[in-house]
Amino acid sequence: MQAKTDCVLEVNNLHVSFFTDRGKLRVVQNVAFNICAGETVALVGESGCGKSVTALAIMGLIEEPGIITGGQIRLKGQELVGLPLAKYQQIRGHRIGMIFQEPMTSLNPVFKIGTQIGEVLVHHSKMTEREARPEVLRLLKKVGISSPHRRIDQYPHELSGGMKQRVMIAIALACQPDILIADEPTTALDVTIQAQILRLLKQLQDDMGMAILLITHNLGVVAHFANRVVVMYAGEIAEHTDVRTLFHKPQHPYTQALLKALPIPGHERLVPIQGTVPMPLEYPSGCRFCTRCPAVMKCCPQKSPSLQKIEPCHYVACWLYQMKNAP
Amino acid sequence: MWAYIFRNLLQRCVLLVIVSILAHSIVHLAPGEPSEVDPSNPRMQPEDIAKIRAAFHLDEPLYRQYAYWMRDLFSGELKSFKDSQPVLPKIWERFLNSLPLFICATLIVWTLSFPTGIKAAIQRGSIYDRGTTFIAYTLISIPGFFLSYLMILWVVNMFGVPVIGMRTFGMEDAHPIFQGMDRIWHLVVPSLMSALGGIAVLSRYVRSQMLEVIGQDYVRTARAKGLDEDTVIYHHALRNALLPFITLFGFLLPGLIGGSVIFEYIFAWPGLGRLGYDAILSRDFPVILTINFIAAALTLAGTFLSDILYAVADPRIRLE
Amino acid sequence: MEEQILMDEKNNLPAKLVLSETPFGEFWRIFQKDKLALLGLVTLFLLIIAALASKALTEWTVVFDPATVRLVDKFLPPLSYASELLPVEDIPRFGIYLLGTDELGRDVFARMLQGSFVSLSIGFVAVGISTFIGILLGGLAGFYGNVRFLFISVDTLIMRFTDVMLCFPTFFLILTVVALLPPSIYNIMIIIGITSWMGTTRFVRAEFLALREQDFVVAAKALGLPAWRIIFLHMVPNAIAPVLVSAIIGVASAILTESALSFLGFGVQPPYATWGNILADGKNFIFDAPWLFFIPGVAILVIVLAFNLVGEGMREALNPKLRRR
Repeated sequence: MQAKTDCVLEVNNLHVSFFTDRGKLRVVQNVAFNICAGETVALVGESGCGKSVTALAIMGLIEEPGIITGGQIRLKGQELVGLPLAKYQQIRGHRIGMIFQEPMTSLNPVFKIGTQIGEVLVHHSKMTEREARPEVLRLLKKVGISSPHRRIDQYPHELSGGMKQRVMIAIALACQPDILIADEPTTALDVTIQAQILRLLKQLQDDMGMAILLITHNLGVVAHFANRVVVMYAGEIAEHTDVRTLFHKPQHPYTQALLKALPIPGHERLVPIQGTVPMPLEYPSGCRFCTRCPAVMKCCPQKSPSLQKIEPCHYVACWLYQMKNAP
Repeated sequence: MWAYIFRNLLQRCVLLVIVSILAHSIVHLAPGEPSEVDPSNPRMQPEDIAKIRAAFHLDEPLYRQYAYWMRDLFSGELKSFKDSQPVLPKIWERFLNSLPLFICATLIVWTLSFPTGIKAAIQRGSIYDRGTTFIAYTLISIPGFFLSYLMILWVVNMFGVPVIGMRTFGMEDAHPIFQGMDRIWHLVVPSLMSALGGIAVLSRYVRSQMLEVIGQDYVRTARAKGLDEDTVIYHHALRNALLPFITLFGFLLPGLIGGSVIFEYIFAWPGLGRLGYDAILSRDFPVILTINFIAAALTLAGTFLSDILYAVADPRIRLE
Repeated sequence: MEEQILMDEKNNLPAKLVLSETPFGEFWRIFQKDKLALLGLVTLFLLIIAALASKALTEWTVVFDPATVRLVDKFLPPLSYASELLPVEDIPRFGIYLLGTDELGRDVFARMLQGSFVSLSIGFVAVGISTFIGILLGGLAGFYGNVRFLFISVDTLIMRFTDVMLCFPTFFLILTVVALLPPSIYNIMIIIGITSWMGTTRFVRAEFLALREQDFVVAAKALGLPAWRIIFLHMVPNAIAPVLVSAIIGVASAILTESALSFLGFGVQPPYATWGNILADGKNFIFDAPWLFFIPGVAILVIVLAFNLVGEGMREALNPKLRRR
């Protein structure tokens, strides 16, 4: 881990639960990681593993019946959990920017895109709409939208999916935030557009030096753009390391299985992971992966393994690596 | 765009013609004839009946009768069966009576429904929401005339508010200001009663629209921008939620005829609904058909207006 | 809200907890959360049983007699005892008038019982007719929409016809037709039925249009299943939700319409009693015998409210968008 003083975002021991009429769903359990300026941390996992919920928790956008039941989230030293709403609203859009998975529905259909981008500036930087306009044009150019003078007065339905996502990026970055959270930003877009958007994000990051939390289930994206990777399974962290180590020396059985399941030219067959991801109501006690783990041992169902450091900058939550330091 | 308007208007005119033919057939094919208006009149000789029937073309084939009706209607010559008076002036006069009642009721409905529905949506599950929900359901379920009679009993006994007719008998010589106040006083209870059902329905609709919009992705984006909750709700969400209600403006027009029959009957209000009811009782075909025709025309005009208004308000719609 | 964990001691592996719900189970779980809807359902249940029982109790074996005229005992308030002057066969059950008597000395309770069956059956039959027409037309329009019939497509034909019907001011139309036809309970049922199918048609058509493009329908077609099988076994069950909600609320509306017609004098004629015409008769005696007006009015309110609450509860439970969680 980098020195604490450089950290933009620090998540510690985060627990998020949903209290539904079917029971208490422990959607996020004991999640911890940090992100430093200029680096991209990818949060990886299958659908339903809790990565989006983690992102929303950082933004303070978890709504009923979900609630953060424990842990700390620190933005440059400032504690966010429990922060009063007014203060949180000052931080959202200003020091944390977020873009979402569905650009098609994330923009308000009845307002022009120039207005929607300018709104952030007007609200946080106390500009008037007229003062904000040149800045909006500059932002449009920066995110790679052609003919910004024409586009600024258009409505969202007149833009393609890729352009809408660029507008979302413009909105998120308008106030030069410390960190950008990108929740599956390219999943809903065509493959060629995906590459463009990701390259744009990288370029903006180099430009502005901000941290990026990239949420995705696509390991290919991770390989190209992330510095460090956090692998989540069923609400918990399975493995946390830098990207090279993850692909060359994965230690957690889940990570290993994920990589084995990737189609690679030259290998004869895909090796799927047996079983299916459990639903939050069905989370087994002990290690949540134990029902599908090829290396399952007797102690696995009994107690959940904690995240242990096995090398500098490499953490794994698995009993295989804790036998050495026997509990 | 003009092509669209023209084509749409043409379609609606065709619909109107079909509706009028249908109405005409229904009314004339029903058993019983208008001459039965005076079955008990001993002075009605068979020859007189035959004369009346000839004068109103009642023995001719149906399509001919339709043609006569249409011709008379548009030339203003259409006469009522009951008293041979021209139909259109009668309708116009009653329409003017119905109008203040209608405007008053509509104003009450619209000004009360929106704040109630929006607040219920924002505070979903709260006491306010559950309370207004229950009241709304009760208002929808109560027979309108039942509630009106209860109101009459209560209001007349407690406050002395007039509940019969449009004005007090004998007020014609009073000062115009007193006449005006008297008219307004008479309007209060009938319009309130007419409005209650509408408030219940509209506020529920507002609530459900608001709830749907609040759950949309762009509202989440607005919150992620750090905007305060008031801006998110009243600026981003409301603007989208209100869009469908523009179309309701168009439906106001046909409401003039709609449910007023009951309330005009109870409160002895000499309006269009009352005219229709009397016409049905006395089988006055020209009046029935004309009111029906006007109602249909208003409905078609209303929906047309709604389409135009919606296209103006929603930037996603292109009139093609 | 405890942990949902199970341990299978023998194998030392956690047993899989079967928490999957059937669609009905899910629907019921959400429905019963709405206490008002639940109350409505219970009320409906009781009323329907009462209505069915009343047919037996007032006609087949006369336990409660609605028709006997007892001029001696007219205008008695509820819970009054029968007068001693009555001949034995005229004495009401238990010697007491549970809800009083009307202007002809008839037992109001018995009349209300009799009316319950008639009112409910008017509602159900009318809605049955309108739902049937709605599903038929809507299904044809949605499924065979593009088929051309002469110069016009099936979809356009049906939709234009629906538009025509929507142009008529509904209550006015019902009133006109009912007034012109001989008064009969069947006419009323049929008229209400054939003037309220338009909403259902639209729902069904919209659902069918959406479902037609869905993968499971395309898959069924690719498997070579015959059209009727696809429609009735695959598409209709998916389209049924809004139709069901609409039908329940439609019964409430039909009962209200019938009472309005009775109020204006065009409703069901004697000897049939409906709550509507009991109410209409009662309005003449508001000052002298207020219970004759209140009792049927409140009864209509309760039953219509119950239907509406159940209908809305179903709508919330069937519609994932409006659900809380």
